[in-house]
Amino acid sequence: MNEPTTGRGAPVLEVSDLNVTFRGGVKAVRGVSYRLDRGEILGIVGESGSGKSVTSLAVMGLLPEGAEVSGSVRLHGRELIGAPEEELTRLRGKGIGMIFQDPLSAFTPVYTIGDQIAEAVRVHQKVSGDAAAKRAVELLDLVGIPHPHARAKAFPHEFSGGMRQRAMIAMAIANDPDVLICDEPTTALDVTIQAQVLEVLKTAQRETGAAIVMITHDLGVVAGLADRVLVMYAGKPVELGAVDEIYYRPRMPYTMGLLASIPRMDRPTARLIPIEGNPPSPAALPPGCPFAPRCPLKVDACDDAEPELERIGAGGRMAACIRAHEIDLKDLDGADVYPVPEPPAEAEEPGPREERETVLQVGDLIRHYPLMKGAVFKRRVGTVYAVDGISFDVREGETLALVGESGCGKTTTLQQIMQLSAPQGGTVVVLGKDSAKLAKAERRGLRQDLQIVFQDPMAALDPRMPVGDILAEPLRAHGRKDAKAVKSRVAELLTLVGLAPEHAERYPQHFSGGQRQRIGIARALALEPKLVVLDEPVSALDVSIQAGVINLLEDLKVRLGLSYLFVAHDLSVVRHIADRVAVMYLGKIAEIGEVDEVYGAPAHPYTRALLSAIPLPDPEKERTRTRILLEGDLPSPADPPSGCRFRTRCPKRALLGEPEARRCAEEEPSVVRLASGADHGAACHYPEGVEAVPAPRP
Amino acid sequence: MRSKIVLARMLRNPQSRYGLLALALLLLLAYAGPFLGPHDWTDKDFLAFMEPPSFDEDGHWWGTTQIGQDVYAVTLRGMQKSIVIGFLVALFSTGLAALVGATAGYVGGWVDKALMWATDLLLVLPSFLIIAIVSPRLKGGSWLWFVVLLALFSWMITSRMVRSMTLSLREREFVAAARYMGIPAWKIILRHILPNISSLLIIDATLNVSAAIIGEAALSFFGFGIQPPDVSLGTLIADGSAKAIGYPWLFAFPAGLLVLLVLSVNLVGDGLRDALDPGSNQ
Ligand code: SF4
Ligand code: SF4
Repeated sequence: MNEPTTGRGAPVLEVSDLNVTFRGGVKAVRGVSYRLDRGEILGIVGESGSGKSVTSLAVMGLLPEGAEVSGSVRLHGRELIGAPEEELTRLRGKGIGMIFQDPLSAFTPVYTIGDQIAEAVRVHQKVSGDAAAKRAVELLDLVGIPHPHARAKAFPHEFSGGMRQRAMIAMAIANDPDVLICDEPTTALDVTIQAQVLEVLKTAQRETGAAIVMITHDLGVVAGLADRVLVMYAGKPVELGAVDEIYYRPRMPYTMGLLASIPRMDRPTARLIPIEGNPPSPAALPPGCPFAPRCPLKVDACDDAEPELERIGAGGRMAACIRAHEIDLKDLDGADVYPVPEPPAEAEEPGPREERETVLQVGDLIRHYPLMKGAVFKRRVGTVYAVDGISFDVREGETLALVGESGCGKTTTLQQIMQLSAPQGGTVVVLGKDSAKLAKAERRGLRQDLQIVFQDPMAALDPRMPVGDILAEPLRAHGRKDAKAVKSRVAELLTLVGLAPEHAERYPQHFSGGQRQRIGIARALALEPKLVVLDEPVSALDVSIQAGVINLLEDLKVRLGLSYLFVAHDLSVVRHIADRVAVMYLGKIAEIGEVDEVYGAPAHPYTRALLSAIPLPDPEKERTRTRILLEGDLPSPADPPSGCRFRTRCPKRALLGEPEARRCAEEEPSVVRLASGADHGAACHYPEGVEAVPAPRP
Repeated sequence: MRSKIVLARMLRNPQSRYGLLALALLLLLAYAGPFLGPHDWTDKDFLAFMEPPSFDEDGHWWGTTQIGQDVYAVTLRGMQKSIVIGFLVALFSTGLAALVGATAGYVGGWVDKALMWATDLLLVLPSFLIIAIVSPRLKGGSWLWFVVLLALFSWMITSRMVRSMTLSLREREFVAAARYMGIPAWKIILRHILPNISSLLIIDATLNVSAAIIGEAALSFFGFGIQPPDVSLGTLIADGSAKAIGYPWLFAFPAGLLVLLVLSVNLVGDGLRDALDPGSNQ
């Protein structure tokens, strides 16, 4: 089934009925067709395992041996599938440029970036070495690398992640390709860097006029960038259309569910709508519609045959669902068709914050690491100021989120708390007990009340232990030896997190990512803790699964009266789940306060930039939004700037007068309470829109 | 719970079922067999030197040796010794390798340095020479000393491998989770580290069983280890191999039993490894 071609010129790239089968009969891609016009941006979205990356590797002819590809891929009408390798090599780079998620793997570590880009130029163009080197510098300049002359002589490992991604873009556009394929180009990057790179990508497109295929799992990234969107599920395209159509009027239940399940920063919802179940394994697809086992609109006819991608309504709109026309007629959306989960039974209204018990109090916490150099004789060459004096508290029944980009010290903070030993500097007080003054037995006792859930649910569970033993471990470690009682508690825990008691006999790898995370949560709850530390608990999960886990965390908090310390980099999730938020930058707290106040009226320039960098899954808003783009990378925590740590990137400082700007460089701001809010503080001399008043230390 | 599941998985696997069965039969043969035979292993039949096997009532089922010993009785006696030596050496050396390696890797610091220094020292010492020097002094002592010596010189390389695997396991989050639960280090090593390197340990142990049986033969050949009149499969094979062409029964029975023993141990080891590894589909 091909797209209508009416009213358009010849496509740059045309893919029709592309199929990829891996050894063992695993059908990774099944019948993908799309066409790409000159200068168009097509977003391909899907969850892990949906076949979106395999599709683009097949287009590039980069699949490993043993993968069987059928169908047709035409670049300017020339067939690529089955073309001889030399021709493909010539086309890659010249006709099609590719940008991967991990740019380090795309560069050879032993050559300088400049040489590699120049090399890419010379492979496809007859130019002298000097000219190519000059062109490399120009390209680096184009993608916004400061001091391109000097940086061209640097090796790949000397670049930061964001800079490397820019260099990768420079290399991809070196020969003015007609098509750029970007496979999750910003997934490994922090949000502020992601915003920069997306901006560079737009520049690159403007300069070269290339068409872009943007592959991502992040519906926000596509919303602001793409002209059209292709949604994939279980190796098959399930919906295709103009970006606004897809986002505002999805017609395939999967797309509808996907959009409804994302936590939204712009309009907080009470409850996320999860899609139950898991994507089917490509080796065992259901007979009919692959989405049928999870679809709320499923009727008997859905199991008969796999629905084809068909046109709905006017325009180039297509969906693979037998009920799409009906959905279109009734104009349904995700919230209409998916059962909205019960809101958590709100326990008795918690008292005012000041009156509730403090479960965790961190005061002026400091953790510095020595920076060592030398292979044989290590000597200290400096200090990494990983956490440099932060203070916050968590009250009973509340969720405090610690957010920040990588390297801001949030993970170190967690470790310091979990260790329950005397910190290098400052204090950690858990449930009224100072960790520095704990006797051994007391510390063990306190561990019952303080539990952790890790980010990566595979690494956090011992692969060689049956789930029953994993859950029993904390129980046995804290003196519950009675086998029967342990067994029934394990069954209870599994039910609590939405799994079945029979699951106790299986091993972690028999579970999907979301289920494993539920097991991790069950383990943390085994001892009925008071405070649970959540270290990026949903960032490794697909969106449709993520919603279910977030809902579970919310329910448990209310039902069991828990307090959470939630570490995350995803600000949309934080907005949804947290009561209070602390934004960290380079080992310091930049801004802290009630979620609505911080998100509603961010006072610190860093928070403002962070919030504006998050892509919203809303094309209209994305198009009209103005972004505060930060310059440069995060400074090294071994060498933080003097005065305000944010000053090297602060957009606000640039607008200040000379004496004010000097104050930023000389005097370190501390967190002061803002007059505008009840519970809102920022560490900036010139906070946005409000007068600062000195506040008593928490 | 884990032990129950592992056992069930192991019994479900035909390979390890046959291995266990074969091992049980061999043990039965070694320990019950001598009572069935008409001769004792210390008997010498001066009327029958180098007799081929015969199936008469009171005959020599597996033939006789040069000095009139009944091959059936002697071989089974040797097999008892070899089984004990093989299993004990495997247990000691793999156990030592696992404990030393995992402790060094997990605890780190000076413990690691000290243990690895000792490991490397043993590695560079010429083990054969030491055994040659020490064994005369142990003459008359229990042959258990011999087991200790053999084990002491066969664990170091595995131990180094265990250590490096532990170093990477230690950083995994499930170990951190256990630590934050307040579980003491030795329990983490036993419960989380060692099961995750069990494939290596099991392969090592099965190899050690056969290596010890054969190594013992080599040492005995040079006059250390099991000394006549006592016998082991190793000494029997060493004696029999010289005459294997003319008098095959001297060689075939002990060698055949050794092969069977090693095979069944390998089957059981493979089965156990698969049973412990949830990734293997059975
Ligand atoms: S075809 Fe049926 S099961 Fe598949 S998405 Fe449509 S309604 Fe749901
Ligand atoms: S103190 Fe100055 S440099 Fe720091 S955030 Fe405020 S305005 Fe920017």
